[in-house]
Amino acid sequence: MRRLLVWPPQAYLIAFFLVPTLIMVASSFAWPGEEGGLSSFWVRDAQGIHFDLTFDNYRDIFTSRLFLVLFARSLGYAGLTTASCLLAAYPLALVIARSAGKYRNLLLLMVIVPFWTNFLIRIYALMIILGPQAALARILNALLDWVGLTPVSLLFSPFAVLVGMVYIYLPFMVLPLYANLEKHDPDLLDAARDLGAGSWQRFWRITFPLSLPGVMAGSALVFIPALGAFAVPDILGGTRGIMIGNVIKMQFLEARDWPFGSALSIMLTLLALVVTGLAAWLARRKVGAGV
Amino acid sequence: MALLEIRHVTKRFGGLAAVSDASLEIQPGEFFTLLGPSGCGKTTLLRMIAGFDVPDAGQILLDGVDLAATPPERRPFHTVFQSYALFPHMTVADNIAFPLRMAKVDERKLAARVAAALGEVRLQDMGTRYPNALSGGQKQRVALARALIDRPRLLLLDEPLAALDLKLREQMQSELISLQKDVGITFVYVTHDQGEALALSHRIAVMNEGRVSQIGTPDEVYEFPANRFVADFIGTCNLLDARVMALDGERVTLNVAGLGTVRAWSSRPCQQGDRGVLALRPEKIQLDRAPSSGGEASHFLGTIRGQMYLGDVTVYKVEIGNAVLVEALLPNSTARGARLFAPGDQIYLSWGYDAGRFIHDG
Repeated sequence: MRRLLVWPPQAYLIAFFLVPTLIMVASSFAWPGEEGGLSSFWVRDAQGIHFDLTFDNYRDIFTSRLFLVLFARSLGYAGLTTASCLLAAYPLALVIARSAGKYRNLLLLMVIVPFWTNFLIRIYALMIILGPQAALARILNALLDWVGLTPVSLLFSPFAVLVGMVYIYLPFMVLPLYANLEKHDPDLLDAARDLGAGSWQRFWRITFPLSLPGVMAGSALVFIPALGAFAVPDILGGTRGIMIGNVIKMQFLEARDWPFGSALSIMLTLLALVVTGLAAWLARRKVGAGV
Repeated sequence: MALLEIRHVTKRFGGLAAVSDASLEIQPGEFFTLLGPSGCGKTTLLRMIAGFDVPDAGQILLDGVDLAATPPERRPFHTVFQSYALFPHMTVADNIAFPLRMAKVDERKLAARVAAALGEVRLQDMGTRYPNALSGGQKQRVALARALIDRPRLLLLDEPLAALDLKLREQMQSELISLQKDVGITFVYVTHDQGEALALSHRIAVMNEGRVSQIGTPDEVYEFPANRFVADFIGTCNLLDARVMALDGERVTLNVAGLGTVRAWSSRPCQQGDRGVLALRPEKIQLDRAPSSGGEASHFLGTIRGQMYLGDVTVYKVEIGNAVLVEALLPNSTARGARLFAPGDQIYLSWGYDAGRFIHDG
């Protein structure tokens, strides 16, 4: 009976996480099919039917400078997005967690409201805001002109990609941070203050170390999707803002080289695993040492 | 000069006065207790001393200097919280070192002082543990060590033993007394437990509805309650409506409803005709089968209406006349003492003239 009760979550995990990943791993060792998709692992030729797989896809990734540069750039974008989201979300989450009940729910609602508008519409809105005819670009370029510099384009730049990603992913940082900060025992801050800690020390010695699980959760929720993002760079990045996610999408939808797309995708997954694992290990070490 | 002086302090939350016009002085080296039922303002008063709450009116002075402009982190006081408030992400040693680090004490001198503080509360080997690996009593000791390590002028304790079970609480009480004697720091202790207050304190301020009802040594507040509330709140007390018939210095002759004439003491000056209550502690009443012959004692015939066996003592409810019910208490000095009287028995009650206190209203 107990075994039956624990089955549904396990079945869910296997069906929707493990199996798709295994399919991706398998297809990354396959040859591309003639009309897209994969060709069979079992090949019939003069010697009969035999098993055939290839490491070419991984070799192609590691021997091409382009893909390594794209991976590095994606890592950079995702890291910058995560750091910017953290900087923007932390004060916000702290204010929400420490405000009185009725305001707290209202503020939380305001964090969630953007979700009600379609993702693409929000990015197109940013395209207009960052566009050359919008007030933002006009004021900036007027200022640049005034100090004697050449005007710049905000849209179709790494800057636009960063703005778009921070905007899209911010709630994923705010909510876990809030969930963590809201649980802090206010007596701890009173105690720290009572024992001589000023507001800066109360934050760095008590609030921040205790919020590290929330920081880790929020960072993972932002970093991992940001690493594989393709829609935001597609719309806001132009040619200079391309990320590895765009290449993967291209392999599947345009080049129709599913195995190579799978290999890139598996590399991306490994990259995300390594980075988040490293961060979790560092955070645990820091907290474990008593800060 | 008093170490800490509280002058006419008032604090309101919304429209309600949590503390109104409280005044008291705390002497250096004293174990001073704020005692009262929940909601009496004792914790608010403590938080104002610590600096977490700001008085709406009145002053709090340390060595005669007003503390109004000094934030909690700069007051030379530390608080032991009811929840202990140990930092869960720091080891016991780091928790205890916290006030020293805040005061920027040289890291090299830290270890020895932390070790000494751990020794003071008998937790020598616990320095590397985290708070969640400690028992309630151990957490309590860490909180004490952390609050005492840099020798504050005043240690504020907010119901620190409330979360412990009875045996451990009694043990911690005697540890607190000896710790206070050893370190010589003034303790301000908040509790709703009158037994704890009597056992620990040099002096007690009994608080009720935001006001200080009485300040005195434990035996003063127990034996000479200043008002009906103090008499009722501390220990058990028979309170019988009474009126002053005659005066002779501190001795008064009372007319007690249902009993008639009773002689008693009055701790405050009063006048003939004043109304109030006769306060009579159950343990001061003697119960006998035959009338005893005492010169100045009061004697009444009563009927046992109920009894409650508490192990060390037995409490009897005795009806005098046909309306007045008093509680009397007999120590069970012999094994048979427990069943000395039974409900329905006619017995004689008596008490010495100095056992009753007259407390007048208003």
